[in-house]
This record gives sequence, structure tokens and C-alpha cells, in this order.
Amino acid sequence: MAQVFPRRANVVARVGLSGGIGVVLILSALYWVYLRTPAFTGVGAPVAQPVPFSHQIHAGELGIDCRYCHTTVETSAFAGMPDTKTCMNCHSIVLTRDPRLAPVRESFRTGKAIHWNTVNNLPDYVYFDHSIHIAKGIGCSSCHGAVDQEPVMTKAASLQMGFCINCHMHPEQQVRPRDQIFNMSWQPPANQAVVGAELVKEYNIQTKISCSDCHR
Amino acid sequence: MSNLSEPTPDEPAGNAGLDRATSPGFAAPPGGGAPLRLWQSLAELRGESTAARRRPDPMPTAGDRVSREQFLRLMGASLALAGLTACAGEPKGPTQIAPYVTRPEGISSSVSLYYATALTRRGYANGVLVRQVAGRPIKVEGNPQHPASLGATDRFGQAAMLTFYDPDRSRAVLNRGQPSTWEAMVAALTAVARAQRSKRGEGMRVLTETVTSPSLASQLQAFLQQFPGARWHVWEPVNRDNVRDAARQAFGEVVDPRYQLDQAEVILTLDADLLNDLPGSLRYAREFGQKRAVTENRAQQNRLYAIESAPTITGLVADHRLPVRSMDVESVARAIAAAVGVAGATGTLPGGVAADWIAAVVKDLDSHRGTSLVVAGDSQPPAVHVLAHRINEVLGNVGRTVVYTEPVEFNPVSRLSSLAELARDINAGKVDFLLVLDSNPVYTAPVDLDFAGILPKVAESVHLGLFVDETAKLSTWHVPLAHELESWGDARSFDGTTTIIQPLIEPLYGGKTPQQMLAVLNGQPAATAHALVRGYWQQQIKTADFERWWQLSLNDGTVANTTLPPRPVSLQSTPAPAAVARPSGTEIIFRPDPTIDDGRFANNGWLQELPKPLTTLTWDNVVEVSPAMAGRLGLSNGDVVELRYRGKTVRGPIWVLAGQPDESVTVYLGYGRTQAGRVGTGIGYNAYALRTSAAPWFDGGLELRKTGDTYTLAVIQGTQRMEGREIVRAGTLGEYQQNPRFIQQHVTKLVGTLYPPFPYTGNRWSMSINLSSCIGCNACIVACQAENNIPVVGKDQVARGRHMHWLRVDRYYHGQPANPTSYTMPVPCMQCENAPCELVCPVDATTHSSDGLNDMVYNRCVGTRYCSNNCPYKVRRFNFYQYADYTTPSLQLLYNPDVTVRERGVMEKCTYCVQRIRHAEIRAEVEGRPIRDGEVVTACQAACPTKAIVFGNSNDPNSQIAKLKTDVLNYDLLAELNTRPRTSYLAAIRNPNPEIKVE
Repeated sequence: MAQVFPRRANVVARVGLSGGIGVVLILSALYWVYLRTPAFTGVGAPVAQPVPFSHQIHAGELGIDCRYCHTTVETSAFAGMPDTKTCMNCHSIVLTRDPRLAPVRESFRTGKAIHWNTVNNLPDYVYFDHSIHIAKGIGCSSCHGAVDQEPVMTKAASLQMGFCINCHMHPEQQVRPRDQIFNMSWQPPANQAVVGAELVKEYNIQTKISCSDCHR
Repeated sequence: MSNLSEPTPDEPAGNAGLDRATSPGFAAPPGGGAPLRLWQSLAELRGESTAARRRPDPMPTAGDRVSREQFLRLMGASLALAGLTACAGEPKGPTQIAPYVTRPEGISSSVSLYYATALTRRGYANGVLVRQVAGRPIKVEGNPQHPASLGATDRFGQAAMLTFYDPDRSRAVLNRGQPSTWEAMVAALTAVARAQRSKRGEGMRVLTETVTSPSLASQLQAFLQQFPGARWHVWEPVNRDNVRDAARQAFGEVVDPRYQLDQAEVILTLDADLLNDLPGSLRYAREFGQKRAVTENRAQQNRLYAIESAPTITGLVADHRLPVRSMDVESVARAIAAAVGVAGATGTLPGGVAADWIAAVVKDLDSHRGTSLVVAGDSQPPAVHVLAHRINEVLGNVGRTVVYTEPVEFNPVSRLSSLAELARDINAGKVDFLLVLDSNPVYTAPVDLDFAGILPKVAESVHLGLFVDETAKLSTWHVPLAHELESWGDARSFDGTTTIIQPLIEPLYGGKTPQQMLAVLNGQPAATAHALVRGYWQQQIKTADFERWWQLSLNDGTVANTTLPPRPVSLQSTPAPAAVARPSGTEIIFRPDPTIDDGRFANNGWLQELPKPLTTLTWDNVVEVSPAMAGRLGLSNGDVVELRYRGKTVRGPIWVLAGQPDESVTVYLGYGRTQAGRVGTGIGYNAYALRTSAAPWFDGGLELRKTGDTYTLAVIQGTQRMEGREIVRAGTLGEYQQNPRFIQQHVTKLVGTLYPPFPYTGNRWSMSINLSSCIGCNACIVACQAENNIPVVGKDQVARGRHMHWLRVDRYYHGQPANPTSYTMPVPCMQCENAPCELVCPVDATTHSSDGLNDMVYNRCVGTRYCSNNCPYKVRRFNFYQYADYTTPSLQLLYNPDVTVRERGVMEKCTYCVQRIRHAEIRAEVEGRPIRDGEVVTACQAACPTKAIVFGNSNDPNSQIAKLKTDVLNYDLLAELNTRPRTSYLAAIRNPNPEIKVE
């Protein structure tokens, strides 16, 4: 009986096998990299909203405190999204006929909620709590960036697990005095390593991490 | 139990252990005392091969829906994805946030609010605090300020949440089965009322269940005044007619006995499920448990004797249990009454009852005058209750362990005669209009009344109920009832304390309250439920500031000064009633089902899947027979028998139950529903088909015939046996008093480890479970299910050993099958410090937290199940299929938002309610203080009626848990494995009478 495979089949098999493994490895590596690029994480990409709300005007130029709208940030897990009434507190007097605010007036008139597009969204299996971060001296801008400079809200950090873990292992790099938490332009001072370490001690910040801190 | 009752001089403290001699890790106890042999099932006791009888392993088998190829494909896919996407987060999807237009004050999507209200069971209120998140009710907790709850809940209270969100609840008004409107119904009712006015309402009837609602009772009185010819009937299938009739006989008036178990040292029950099935049982169990727990400061215990037919939870925890047929309880009660010195009482003991047993009980009662208590069961005839009243009187217990009050309910008529009268009137053509308020007589009425046959004779019948049930199908109108969690109302508890029921949410399906139905008849069809209840109380409470009173009553969950005070009663001098002719032949006993009650919870999957406390059976009712009878008739578990009684026949599967009296057969009501819903329709057999008004509780003359068919029963018992190990450690109070450390004598001494111990410097979360206090009521299991989004898997999956309960309650027997001693043992995750599960996880999905919790990370789990295989306690549960419901809209609202809803292919287990721990930690840290002892309460602990479960930080030397961990009764389960469990047990201490010999 004639040989089914020619002699070169050995080479084809060897090259094919190792090549195949190599291709899988390369593709995996590329995918690994892709998962960390803004293309996947959405960092820096502006998110369109039904109302062209500008944090730059409200938080930056007008200097409205974060907590005027995000009312529960100090007391609960969820920072709180402003209800329509909060908008209308001012906009029943200011810019009352501006067409850009039509959806807000519409919502207030009909009682139907405005549907904002989420910018920062964690998976359902992650239980994040704003109040404890505020209490322990982590400022808004540490995760959300310089919101007061943004006409359109963008995601400032990937919010992937590595981002969280990095800070939880080295809180002294990010911790700031409690009176600076809502300061959007706060920058770590030159001696942050020293000040930060002192604050970590003063605020009793834990560096031990457990899975069930966030996943449960 | 030789070494428990007869300590040998060499070994005064022999104690529990499972066949220690056969266990490789143990030496035989010194002194030659026979080891205590515990058994879980009769098959195990008989020594049948456990391998052969063991349930199949919970692994996919040929019969499963997943083929081999599918399995490999799925596994390959999940492995490939698991490695790549881990921890990278989810791709950005088009998610949206819809904030309020005007946010209500205090409401945030992540803040829990608690509202005090009440849930009723058979009319009696248990005070609860209901957790509400973002406007939807999530979880029921007990109200510590409410006298019937004291913070605890029963399994029905915990499961109320699922009934509330039940997708099968009725959603629309029906007229002869066709969708209609509330307005049309109001018009029809108004027309009826107008037509009846000229006849003084002669043709009008209202049928309710037990009414303890002051506002509804007042409306019913107003209705009867307006229509003097109308009648108010009351029906409750599991009723207390015997208690009321006995009160009339004994005192000449209806009074409610109320027990004070905190005063009772010696308790005797006569076929009474005192700790489980009476109004007030939650409180009774608390008081009983507190006198049950042995501490170093209090080496005392109460003593419980149970004389009973069908085994109950009360009998299970009794120090001495005497199985007696229901029909023989009266003779025993007479003999005891005679011996105690009740005037005129005579009696001879039925055959098989040891006279010295009775003599010892009588002596014990006699030496505890004023601190003893005799309780007769609701199913026993009035004569037994009268005897109990007289015995309590003679023993000087009245006013101390038992007090009498005005009746709590508003129409204390005999349920049976009330319903029979209604049936007579319908048959006589006298009834033109019948309003049925939340009752299901077509299913529950005695079979001889033939309610299904006569209800269509009523020209206009209106049914108000949560479901379109058997009665709704035969009524001309059906109106959806508003669930108690969405209603305004009021109800009294066992001691009269009134609670205003307040809604947690607007009625989901436009349901109406009973008050609103009555208002239609009383000419106020537009009145809101809120206005009716508030209006009633505004008339009652003459206070300058009613608003303040109202808010205070709502806030507290109790209305001040409504507890009924004890009142003096005088026993009629009439002699004790003569014995009624005792029925002959094999006895049939009717009992409400332990988990779905009289059938009203048939569509509640949590309660269907909750193991019945004594059999660990799920999803079915059985015909219970004694081991001896089963032996005579050649019956074993699952054999289908035909029951023939008074010309009716029913077929059901056999369960051989240790402790069931011989020649006595128990059947359970509540199954065999035809209109229960997608869960409860068509499962089990209908025992109501045998129940007549002549003998609603027990009777002789049952014929039992083996059919040769067999039936698969889904039991949890035996699937997780812990063979040959020292599991439940038990002993007697006498042994404890001699040597408090006796339980520690056979504890394996560990040789140590090569590794340095991990220093747990912060919080060290630990749990202690007191096996002396645990009564095995299973409320903790439902509480855990509700808190942790645990799915229902169905009978087929339970039968394969795949039930998902994070907490199970094991039950062990000791002694002779005819009358064994029983122990129950709740087993949650042990949270081992040296956790075997963690070592074998290939993807680090289960890891140790810095405070010592054994964390389970669902989003890492790839479903190898290695952890479950390596868990010596078998507490891990695997999602073999997509058990969690992702699609039914109403069930999405049920989920606790603090706990992940698990997917198929993921392992899960008890987390010590880590969401509660982390929440408390965050609150304490935000407020800059340490966590207070008792601030973290796990769901099982909160529900426990007897406070058997204690949780806390054992690093805090002042905490309750730290003290319990150093208690002499503290022991670890399977400590010899060096797992260092965080959950530990306090050994079960019983207080048997040394004068009674137990074989």
C-alpha cells in the first residue's frame, strides 16, 4: 500500500503545530493588550447625552459643589444622580427658554425621567461604595479626573480591577486631606509620599484587600 | 443511650459520637462505655448498605439534558474566555441612568429603609420590619419591639416576600372568568345591596378567615347592623375550635389561654406543637430557648415532656417523648389528671403506656407547683383541653405559667359549625349573595359539605384572594387581594397587641383590601384602604394629637396599650366530661403541612423546597406510618398506598417515620391543589378529600392497602451523611452538673502544624450555634434564601442532590426507632481558617479574606467543583443549570441588590452574610468608630426564634461570641481535620428525668 503522507508532511505538521500555538499566543497577547486600551475601556471618549450638560460650566465656572447634585456621595454607596427638580431649581429662572434644556422642562412637566447615558459603570458583581472613599480622603478627581474642565463628561480611568488594586495597595499615593476631596484641581504635593503615609495612618486606611470587599 | 442515662463510674461523662469505635480517627472510649450511635435514616439504622441507598451523586448523568459533546464545547468555551477576560471589566455597553424627577426624601438607590408592619398567620399578627430598597420590599425581619416576634420570624414570614412577588398572583377583577373592572364589580355589589335592603339582607353572607383586625371587625359589625338578616361566617381549616369549645365548657365563656414559658420549669404537652404551631409560638420558642441554654452561670434547664401522636418539632426537642395515638391522648390525660388530684377525674392508661413513665411525670409536675404547665393541642377534643385547664388549676399554674384573656379574635365561633350552617343555608336556597374574604373553602372545606358542588348555587358570589384559586374559579366575581406588604390594615397578635399594617409599596396589581370590599357593601366604594384604617383609629383614639399617635404607632409597629390583660376565670363546677366512645381501628391523623400549611403557600417555591423539619422531604406530602406498621405491611419509603376511609379513597406515598405511634397514620393537608399556580398545582395528594366535619383531626377506621406502585420522593436526608464521625455532641444536664467539661473529654488533640498561624488582628468573624436551643424549625433556611438570592431548583434537581440551600439543618436520631431521641444541627459554611476548598481551586475563585472569611468570588469561578469535593462539611452548592430566574419580571424585583445573582456553572455557599458585614464596616469606618457587638446580624441569626445562633467578632473580648467560644460546651465540627472552623457548636444538653429509664 502506498504511503498516504508524503515526506514533507512531517515538516508541515511541525510548522503547523508550533505555528498554530504561536498564532494563538500572539492573538491572546493582542487581545490582552486590547482589553487595556481606551478602545475597549472607553477612557477619554466623550459620551453623548440627551441634554448637553457641561460640568465645565456648572462645577468649573459657576463653582457649584459636587454635592449639590450628587447628594448621597457622603452617605451611601451610590453618589446620586440629580433629579429633574434639582436642575429646575435654577433653570426655572435661568435659561428658561433655551432649547438645549427642552428635555429637562419636558421631564419636569410630564414626570418622566431623563435617561442619561452612563459614563462610569461597574459590572454588577462589583460593589463599590462612594461614602467610604470620601470618608477616607480619596477625592473625586482621583477616579473621575478634572471634571470641572470637561464640557462633555468622559471616563477618566479604566475602573478595571488593576486600577482599584493599585490604589488599595498604595493608598498613600492618592490620599489627600479631607478638606481637599471636592477640589478638582488638587495635585499631589512634592512630599506626597510623606504626607500620604501620615494621612493613611491618621485616617486608619486598611491596605489589606479581600475579594469580598468588592465581590459578594 | 446507655451512657447518657446510666453513667458508669469510670466514665461519668460519656458523650456523643458517631460510632466512635468504627471511626479510624478515634479510639474506643475508656471504661468500655458503649459509644452513642446516632443515625439519620431508618435504613442507616438497619445497617443497609448506605452506598446502595445513597442518592445519586449530583453529577450530570445520561439522563441529563447536556450531552457529552455539548459539555465539552461549553467547557472549552468557558475556559478560553475565563483566562482572557478575567479582571478586565465589562465592555462598555449602552447603559442608562434614569434619576427621579422629584426624589422622595430619604430614598436612594443604595439605602435600605425599614418599615414596621405585621404579617398575619391564621389571623394572628407577627410584628415585622420590612427592608425596602429604592421603593421595593426586599426582606422581612422580626420586630424586636413586638411581643409575638421579639425580633424573630417564622418560615412563613420569611417566605411572604416570594408570595408577594409571585408571578401567578391574580392581576385583574374577573366576572365569570372573564376580565372585568373594579367599577363593574362595585356596580354589581351596589345593586345587590340595594336589592337586599328591603329584605334586611336576609340573603347576604360574608365568609372570612379568623379576623383579628379591629377595623375590619368594626366594618363587619356596621354591615350586620345595616343588614340585620345577613350573617358573618368564619372558616379556617386549621382552626382552634377545640380550644374555644373547651373554654366554654370549663369556664362558661370563651377565653384565650396564653402561656408564659419563662415561668415554666416543667412543661407537659398533650399532642400540642407548642413551639411551632400556636398563635404566639415564636414567643413561646424564645422563652423556651432561653430556659434551655446552659451557661456557666446557669447550669439549669427546663424540662419538656411531650405526649403526642404525629411527631412534631416540640416532640423533637422534648426531653421525654411518649408516642401515643391521638385517640389515646385523652385516656392518658385523664390518668394524669387523676394522679395530680383533679376532682372527679378517673382514667386507665391505654395499653402500651408505661405506668411508671406517667408516675414520674406526675411526680415532676407535682413538685413544680406554680412553675409547671400542661398544654393541650388544637387537634385534641375539648375534653383534653378541659383536663389541661383543671390540671393547671390544681397545680397552681393559673396566673403564673398560663393566663387567660378575652378572645383575641372578634368572632370566636366554632369554624366547623359556622361553615356547616353556611352550607345548610346555601342548600336551602337562602343565600343570594356570598362574599368570601381571602378564604378557599372549595379546597379546604370538609368533604361532606361539598362546597364545590354548592357554591354555584349562590346567585352572586364574590371572592377576594391573592390567587385565582379553586374558590375563585367557582365564584361569579373574583377580586385580586392586596398582599399585606402592599396594604393598609391592622391585626392583633396572640396577646392582643395590635399592629397597624402599613404598605411598603403601592399594590402591584391594583389589589383591594378586605376593608375596601366591606366598604363597598357599606356604601363607601371610593374609600381608600388608608382612609378606612386611619378613619377607624381616629374614631377610637381620643387624643388631641392624633397625627402624632398615628405616626408613633406606625413607627413602633405596635399600638400602645392594646395588650389584653390577664383576667380571672373560674372553673365551672361541672364534673369532668365523660369519656366519648373511642374510635376503633387504624387511626388517621390530619395535620397541616409543616411548610405549605393548609395549602395557602402551595405556590411558594421557597416553602415547597424547604425541607419538612422531621423528614427533610421537599415538594410532596406523604403518608406517615410507624416503623413497626411498615414492617408488618411490608412498606418502605415511596411505596404508594391507597387510603380508604369513610367510603373515600386517596393514594399517596409512604414515609416510615421514627417516633410515629403504631397503628396510626398521619396525612398532611395542603397538597393536591388544582388551582394553585405554576408551582403548586398538581403536586402531592389531597388529604382534604378524606377530611369530614365529623372528624376533622383524627378518627379510626382507616384501611391502608399497598398498591405496588412506587413514587420518587425528593428528600434531603441522607444525601449528606457524615458517617462515623463525632458530629452532634450531646449529654445530659446531670452529666454537665457533675463535670461541666465532660463534652471536651473525647476531643481530638491536634498535634499542631508546621506552618505559623496567620495573625488575625482585626475583626475575627465567628459564629456559635447552640444545639441545646435549636428546635429545628428551619426558619433560618428561608431567611438565608431570602437574603442571599438563593434559587429554587425543583423536585427533580433536589432528588439528584442539587438543592441550593446555603444552610441546612441536619437531623440525627438516637435510640429505638419506635421512640428515638432527636437532635437537630444547622450547618452553614464553617468558614474554616485552614479551608480545604481554597487549596484546590485552580483559578483562585475561593480565597481567604484578611478577617478570616472564606470568600467566594463568583465572577472568577469556572465551575470545576473541586472545592465542593474537598469540603468535608459538604456546604458548597453548584449551579448545575441556570437556576436563578433572569426573565420573570416580578421576580427581578425580589432580588437583594447587595448580593450577586449567580449564573449557571458557578459554585456558591454561605458567606456569613458578608454584604451585611461589609455594610456595617463601612458605616462604622465612616463614623470613625469600631463595630459594636451585635451590629452585624446574619440573616439566619436574625430569624432564629430561640436565639440559638450568635455571630460576632471573637477578637473583641467583651463580645457575646468571644464568651461562647470559650464556653466549656463549645466544640468544632470535625475538629480532627484541623480545618479550624469559625463556626462552632455548643453541645446539646438535654434534661431527662433520672427516674425515667430510656432504652
